[in-house]
Amino acid sequence: MSDTRQFCTFRVQGFFFGVDVRRVQEVLRNQEMTRVPLAPPIVRGLINLRGQIVTAIDLRRRLALPDGAAERLPMNVIVRSDDGAVSLLVDEIGEVLTVANDASEAPPDTLNDVGRELIAGVFKLPGSLLLVLDTDKAIAPATGWRAGALAPTGRGPTHENPKLNKEED
Amino acid sequence: MSGSAADEMDELVKEFLVESHENLDRLDRELLTLEQNPASRDSLASIFRTIHTIKGTCGFLGFSKLEAVAHAGESLLSRLRDGALTFSAPIATALLRTVDAIREMLAEVEQKGSDGDHDYAALVVLLQQLQGEESGGKENDAAPVPRLDLPAPPVLSAPPVLAAPPVLAADVIPHPPDLADGRTPGVSDGYVRVDVGLLDRLMNLVGELVLARNQVLQFVPTVEDHAFTGTTQRLNLITTELQSSVMKTRMQPIGNVWDKTPRIVRDLALALGKRVRVEMEGKETELDKTIIEAIKDPLTHIVRNCVDHGVEPPEARTARGKPAEGRLFLRAFHEGGQVNIEISDDGAGLNLDRIRSKALERGLITGEQAGRMGDRELAELVFLPGFSTAEKVSNVSGRGVGMDVVKTNIERIGGVVDLTTRPGHGTTFRIKIPLTLAIIPALIVSSGGDRYAIPQVSLLELVRLHGTQVRAGIESVHGAAVCRLRGTLLPLVDLNRELGLDEGANAAALAKREAINIVVLQADNRRFGLVVDDINDTEEIVVKSLGKHLKGVPAFAGATIMGDGRVALILDVLGLALRAKVVGGASDRTAPRAGAGSDGAGVHRTTLLLFTLASGRRMAVPLSMLARLEVFDTTQVEPMADGHVVQYRGDVLPLVDIEGLLQMGRGMWKGADRAAEQVHVLVHGTGQRPVGLVVRRIVDIIDQSVDLRMNRGESREPGIRGCVIIEGRVTELLDLDALMRAAGARLSMPGETTSPAVEART
Repeated sequence: MSDTRQFCTFRVQGFFFGVDVRRVQEVLRNQEMTRVPLAPPIVRGLINLRGQIVTAIDLRRRLALPDGAAERLPMNVIVRSDDGAVSLLVDEIGEVLTVANDASEAPPDTLNDVGRELIAGVFKLPGSLLLVLDTDKAIAPATGWRAGALAPTGRGPTHENPKLNKEED
Repeated sequence: MSGSAADEMDELVKEFLVESHENLDRLDRELLTLEQNPASRDSLASIFRTIHTIKGTCGFLGFSKLEAVAHAGESLLSRLRDGALTFSAPIATALLRTVDAIREMLAEVEQKGSDGDHDYAALVVLLQQLQGEESGGKENDAAPVPRLDLPAPPVLSAPPVLAAPPVLAADVIPHPPDLADGRTPGVSDGYVRVDVGLLDRLMNLVGELVLARNQVLQFVPTVEDHAFTGTTQRLNLITTELQSSVMKTRMQPIGNVWDKTPRIVRDLALALGKRVRVEMEGKETELDKTIIEAIKDPLTHIVRNCVDHGVEPPEARTARGKPAEGRLFLRAFHEGGQVNIEISDDGAGLNLDRIRSKALERGLITGEQAGRMGDRELAELVFLPGFSTAEKVSNVSGRGVGMDVVKTNIERIGGVVDLTTRPGHGTTFRIKIPLTLAIIPALIVSSGGDRYAIPQVSLLELVRLHGTQVRAGIESVHGAAVCRLRGTLLPLVDLNRELGLDEGANAAALAKREAINIVVLQADNRRFGLVVDDINDTEEIVVKSLGKHLKGVPAFAGATIMGDGRVALILDVLGLALRAKVVGGASDRTAPRAGAGSDGAGVHRTTLLLFTLASGRRMAVPLSMLARLEVFDTTQVEPMADGHVVQYRGDVLPLVDIEGLLQMGRGMWKGADRAAEQVHVLVHGTGQRPVGLVVRRIVDIIDQSVDLRMNRGESREPGIRGCVIIEGRVTELLDLDALMRAAGARLSMPGETTSPAVEART
């Protein structure tokens, strides 16, 4: 049916996100990562994906959310891009959801800058809201630098994001 | 062949295209041969036959326009072959244009399936005109029949088709011709056409295999099984052999690129009214296909530049006593795992004064910088973005695509380019590039808990200092550490610090360590020591590129996968050196790069050596300009002609007096006036002619930003860059290059012509 869409879902800091399932190559548990000194903060490291080297983007940092607890190992959502595969680091992987297009709404105006930039839409699901991530923008290098630069501490943003938090309530 | 049209393309047409592309490239060469040697009936016959084949096939396939052009060309050729016409430059031009036209139409056929809607009527008319009066009648019966009077025997016995290595159509690569054994391979028995995509895939798979092999090898020490050890050894050997064989399939002789050069040069020279001869050496030198692709454009650009700007018009050449015909010399050879390519002309050389004024005018350098630049530095300015001395924009050069693009493209594949020029004698471009980019030997080091790979090409040696050696070997102040390595000063760069992994250690902290591992590296002709936590091993690594996010990070050239499956970053030695300011600054990259941040014009962070002269003048010179610091006993100093020398490493080192040089005196040191026991000498010039600069005392080595704009002295001496305040004292910055240049002749040693050692003792 053309009026439904499928999303691969995951959680970051309690928020329920989805990316278009056609963009997702695979989903992996925590992988060994090699850090890249001097890289933009949103780049957490490099992963060996069966001989292919994949850049891992920390979605928390990308969304200007606080870093997660160190002992909690992030999971990888590997998405395809023009530049090869890129991994999005998330807290928890959800299932693949099929949702009706008419449950969709434009993102609320009250979103903060990063949110407005990265969230393409919101689906009202029973009991929760599914935030649709704009994959291309989330993995775009140029904006990645900017997001890092916007964070008050520069490296490793740790500030709370009041507007996103409010929405969760 | 791309696009959907290609998919549907009839097998026959495809074959025709591939064949014709090869033939056309050969035609270019043969026409040029013919132009030089119009009597060569072999070439003429072969050209005729090629055009005839194309005409025949395209008539058959229904490309009428293509057929008409080929036919007109063929008719002209048949007149030539009959001896009714003699070969001349206009005819050559017309025939070359025919080849171009056919090529254009073939491209149309490839993309659209038809020979396009370009109108080549003018060309056809020109070709007919060249045939002379009775062209009309000749045209009609010019087709295959006269072929009977071909000088048949030579064509059949030694067809040039077979002798020439096939030149490639854009998407086809043959097995490299194995000409080493002198055998002339037949057309069909020695070669298989292979899609380049397949070769690339093969290369990737071999890369994976190398990684898997490395992983397996790691298990060997832990498994006590002879069968396993034996098998892994075989696996190891086979993998290595497979790797080198697959690499070889991707190798192409550089001649494939060069073959286009004579045509380019010819057309260009003709358009400019010049005469240029092309000579080549080392055409068979092989390079990886990706590298060949990458250097194609830069090479063409340099060649065009040489013809356009380098070689003078014939009158100017004769006036200077040179042969009217200029010479463009291309040379390629392997050396130390790298390929060297030289392109030289015997033209006028670069006009350094004009380069200087142009660079000033464009604001690429400051007046201050212009004043202190050496010839070499000035010449290198042509590699700066936005630089072009072409007075008028011709269709040849000056189109805004400058030598900076050449430099960037060559550096992108890990190569270096530089140039030397001699006014009146010509210019030589030298390019050094790696043989292959895919798999390289590298040294694996650890720092901050991670492993990093350093390409072996930049590696000079490994040094490990421990215990007392550390305290004795590491010197310095103000944070800039240097190490005395066999008397030479080696600036040290702490990898942890450069990568921001920790604060890193300053010189004092380094000197307190138990042991220090130093990797001595070379970047841009400068040596520096990289301090790492641990040195692991050397390994063949498969180079993988980094994603978009990391392209801007200067310290890394790529990444690789290690034996244990983890990713390791490959250090970009030049990037690291630039970041650590080991290279760059005043003496290397002559002008500040755009967006270089705080390093505005005139400000450079450099390591300076502070010293005093006999008169008490306090001076500084960049440490990187000096080869060594030496102390000689006064008894070692021997008088000679009108100065003093010391025997130094089996040679004679003339001692010079800086102040003497500055005052335009002869500059030879007059000897110690007081009863000093020792002479402190700064050795400058590592190459053939080192000189020793006598100083009273070496004060310090400091690392600091020097703002040359502080210079106020208008009537300064040549050889002095300016004054700065260092550690609260007025210090003059010595410009060694300028000083040595100014000194030039005055420093020539009497012992120059005879054996210096003998001379010194007499």
